[in-house]
Amino acid sequence: MSGYQGKKNIPRITSDRLLIKGGKIVNDDQSFCADIYMEDGVIKQIGENLIVPGGVKTIDAHGRMLMPGGIDVHTRFQMPDRGMVSADDFYQGTKAALAGGSTMIIDHVVPEPGVSLIAAFEQWREWADSKSCCDYSLHVDITEWHKGIQEDMEALVKDHGVNSFLVYLAYKDVFQLTDAQVYEVFSVIRDLGAIAQVHAENGDIIAEEQHRMLEQGITGPEGHVLSRPEEVEAEAVNRSVTVANQTNCPLYVTKVMSKSAADVIAQARKKGTVVYGEPITASLGTDGSHYWSKNWAKAAAYVTSPALSPDPTTPDYLNSLLSCGDLQVTGSAHCPFNTSQRAVGKDDFSLIPEGVNGTEERMSIIWDKCVVTGKMDENQFVAVTSTNAAKIFNLYPRKGRIAVGSDADLVLWDPDVTKIISAKSHNSTVEYNIFEGTEVRGGPLVVISQGKIVLEEGTLHTTEGSGRYVARKPFPDYVYKRIKARSRLAELRGVPRGLYDGPVCEVSVSVTPKTMTPASSAKTSPAKQPNQPVRNLHQSGFSLSGAQVDDNIPRRNTQRIVAPPGGRANITSLG
Amino acid sequence: MPGPGYLNSDRLLIKGGRIVNDDQSFHADIYMEDGLIKQIGDNLIVPGGVKTIEANGKMVIPGGIDIHTHFQMPYRGTTTVDDFAQGSKAALAGGTTMIVDHVIPDPGCSLMAAYDQWRQWADEKSCCDYSLHVDITHWNDSVKQEVENLIKEKGVNSFQVYMAYKDYYQMSNSELYDIFTFLAERGGIAEVHAENGEIIAEEQTRMLQMGITGPEGHVLSRPEELEAEAVFRAITIASQTNCPLYVTRVMSKSAADIISQARKKGHVVFGEPITASLGTDGTHYWSKNWAKAASFVTSPPLSPDPTTPDYLNTLLSSGDLSVTGSAHCTFSVAQKAIGKDDFTQIPEGVNGVEERMTLIWDKAVTTGKMDENMFVAVTSTNAAKILNLYPRKGRIAVGSDADLVIWDTDSIRTITAKTHNSATEYNVFEGMELRGAPQVVICQGKIVLEDGNLHVTSGVGRFIPCSPFPDFAYKRIKRNNIVNLAVLRAVPRGMYDGPVSEFSMSRGGTPSASARNSPTKQPVRNLHQSAFSLAGPPTPDDIPIRPAGRRIVVPPGGRSNITTLS
Repeated sequence: MSGYQGKKNIPRITSDRLLIKGGKIVNDDQSFCADIYMEDGVIKQIGENLIVPGGVKTIDAHGRMLMPGGIDVHTRFQMPDRGMVSADDFYQGTKAALAGGSTMIIDHVVPEPGVSLIAAFEQWREWADSKSCCDYSLHVDITEWHKGIQEDMEALVKDHGVNSFLVYLAYKDVFQLTDAQVYEVFSVIRDLGAIAQVHAENGDIIAEEQHRMLEQGITGPEGHVLSRPEEVEAEAVNRSVTVANQTNCPLYVTKVMSKSAADVIAQARKKGTVVYGEPITASLGTDGSHYWSKNWAKAAAYVTSPALSPDPTTPDYLNSLLSCGDLQVTGSAHCPFNTSQRAVGKDDFSLIPEGVNGTEERMSIIWDKCVVTGKMDENQFVAVTSTNAAKIFNLYPRKGRIAVGSDADLVLWDPDVTKIISAKSHNSTVEYNIFEGTEVRGGPLVVISQGKIVLEEGTLHTTEGSGRYVARKPFPDYVYKRIKARSRLAELRGVPRGLYDGPVCEVSVSVTPKTMTPASSAKTSPAKQPNQPVRNLHQSGFSLSGAQVDDNIPRRNTQRIVAPPGGRANITSLG
Repeated sequence: MPGPGYLNSDRLLIKGGRIVNDDQSFHADIYMEDGLIKQIGDNLIVPGGVKTIEANGKMVIPGGIDIHTHFQMPYRGTTTVDDFAQGSKAALAGGTTMIVDHVIPDPGCSLMAAYDQWRQWADEKSCCDYSLHVDITHWNDSVKQEVENLIKEKGVNSFQVYMAYKDYYQMSNSELYDIFTFLAERGGIAEVHAENGEIIAEEQTRMLQMGITGPEGHVLSRPEELEAEAVFRAITIASQTNCPLYVTRVMSKSAADIISQARKKGHVVFGEPITASLGTDGTHYWSKNWAKAASFVTSPPLSPDPTTPDYLNTLLSSGDLSVTGSAHCTFSVAQKAIGKDDFTQIPEGVNGVEERMTLIWDKAVTTGKMDENMFVAVTSTNAAKILNLYPRKGRIAVGSDADLVIWDTDSIRTITAKTHNSATEYNVFEGMELRGAPQVVICQGKIVLEDGNLHVTSGVGRFIPCSPFPDFAYKRIKRNNIVNLAVLRAVPRGMYDGPVSEFSMSRGGTPSASARNSPTKQPVRNLHQSAFSLAGPPTPDDIPIRPAGRRIVVPPGGRSNITTLS
């Protein structure tokens, strides 16, 4: 943090008690001046002239903004890919997150097809528990579909604190699900009270286009974006919105990378669909023109899916939609690979491991592109970097808000500090930073995670393995209030008629399904298989008002009671 | 009006009419001979004793082209009640002088055999000229060959694919991509029945489980979003493959919106609303009369939103939708009753070939949405252009076929099953009072409708071959091809010569816990392994790229000339 301008009298860390004086507290709804006292990783008091134990460490904020720590809703630390592992593990990744002002990350569990969701989940827990420096939670990706997966999902929601599952419409023959499978997955997710996330790209078309590009001799990273035009992303977003509407399931689109995909989400919201869009640091901060770089390694560093749009006006457009609320949350999809790992695809772009950096740069990029430019105010900034994520994934108000009873994850934000992003100084381990050379205004001065100072005077003090897994309950209010109301409304009724007693035509030939026709078997599309006995998902009666899936978990009275939003009465001066 | 003996002569003069083409209207006389328009102008010099029709200043328009019919369509051992004779008679009665029928081969059967079968049926019975679309209901190399032959030798330039009817006609996205690519190379038009069959199948199961078995289940299980979704997807694939797209049966506002948005973005896509979607709505599915409700069953279904017809007429008038058909495919009540206990079994299709022109005139011209020239465009000219039949059809010009209609803008009639020319018991437009109707219909230079009397001859209809690469669609497609080629260029770079990580080719990771075998997924075929080698010989897959067991430590920034930080 080159631009650090803090006071030398800020004390060193390691105590569990901390007082921040003279800050301007910025939540998503309002800003006001007050002191904050923290103990045991929890915010205990907010107000002026607080009565605190003697000798407590004090940080003087000098009127600077104090905001809830960022939540990076989308990371892929330590992600396995064909025997390789993405370059930043949970230690390196969370360290970078903290350096940028994010105090919580939500990582994606990616089970290999054939592996049980629970086993994969536990594997990720083990990795993260041993290495993570900040609190974390986990999304689980659905990479195949059968009855066992459904049982795993139920167990994950009931016993393991998972309330979000990602399905892939891309990666044909690997992760991709059919529309009918997506319909069934969404039905299950709705019954469980979870959030359906979707990687939206049309994998069938991409497979064809990749083939075409390679045939034309286009083997470099430019083939990646040429074979994944933004229309293919918008199409899949549109399709998943349709399926979500049919199943009355809340939808969350990860990695919104293009204008057209964002437009589809914005339109769907205007029509009333419960859908959330997640642009990522990369799509907000850079564009896809770099795929044409003559430097192969640099071009390859931008490879991620959906691809960055070659249209250079895309970042500005996405920042505008983020500011007006059409897009709601931001992640980084941080999943960088080293150049030597990328080079696996040096002769064939479709083999290049996918993912870009962004967990460290996320908050600063958004501040620079949205707040400095006047697109959004500081409160909206908090909403899109932290609060909305906490609400959607049912972490609110424990996370995403500065209030008595909330976790002591805070950032003292300096709106004026400028810095130039560079791979030379970033905390990731990769050689390239896709924001290389970008000068951004705004950055964290002090970062407090779990009530401890982890960033101060430009120095990181992280502790490997200190991050806790944060369990999330199903049926987040922010999402499910509307879903519940709709499911009550959506009663379908047949028309009562007398029995038809007129003549009925004889049907001599029964229609044979195409898949049975031996003549057509020549085409042997692996995707098209005769339907396996489909378990009827609708029989698992969906009752929202009565029993819940988590009823088997006793409501423990040791559970933390969190103060009402806005805190209790000891706030005397509202900014 | 003319004297006696009008039926059998080959010479005809229309005097005092106002000729209406899609681009302009003007007063002139028309002289026809041998089924062709020979002269247009004032004071024509014609042989003596030629039959003369006095138009009295009324509009003379090109005969309508109904671009979508299903006459004599086989369905599970029965056939639609209107065969080519009955159907084309109804068409002529309504002012349509040409129809384009859909050949539907059973999945697994030869396209060519089906085509020959349809040709035989139509040649025997059709009373007006006709062409054929061929539906592609399955896809493999032999079908590909047949499509090629149909285009080259049989005069077919339009092929329909289905995104609905799961496990029967439905095509996967990859197959669509393949078909569209193929058609784009051969100059064909890709027509699409746009509905998401996967979701429909799920919704149908759900409806039946909820005890909804009547015709209302048909529309409840096929909400208009599913139509719009499929249209969107079809446009995406067509745009990727640079193939002209034609969406049959635009039934809902949202589907029409997607088409008009795509056109605004420059896609080559045509939308075809049908008589039913322009004239009525889906509220009738809730009728207490089962037979009436069932008579409205068609796919995509009529929208229950009663403002839909007006909206579609507006888009048709503004040019966002291009052509109109009827999708005339009628079943008797007894046939519909196959699905009396299960709406998914009800044979699908509505009437509309006879009512099409009148209905559009009433809904779009008398309301001031479009003028008479646009009326000609959407009922005839645009269809002729798409099928590459223009200006032989779809225009009144010297050398064009003598298919004409003298249109009476003021005649009012009430649509009813009692008087219509179809053989069905129900008419979906029953009771509607419509303004505008043909007064005289001339087909192949012969008067077939006059004074309210039809004089049709079964079997006189000729097959009109359609040639590939219609200018109307392909001028832009060809241009796009040139533009696309300019974009699709590989970046010339040096060979990457830095370190390369080791990786396993198979995606399958830990083989543990694989006891749980998915019935859905088969052993995952790794696409990456099918290394197509075009840019020089790649490393064979089975040979490790690097000496095994050696992990390369990467010097940050790389070493080689092409990997240095820029």
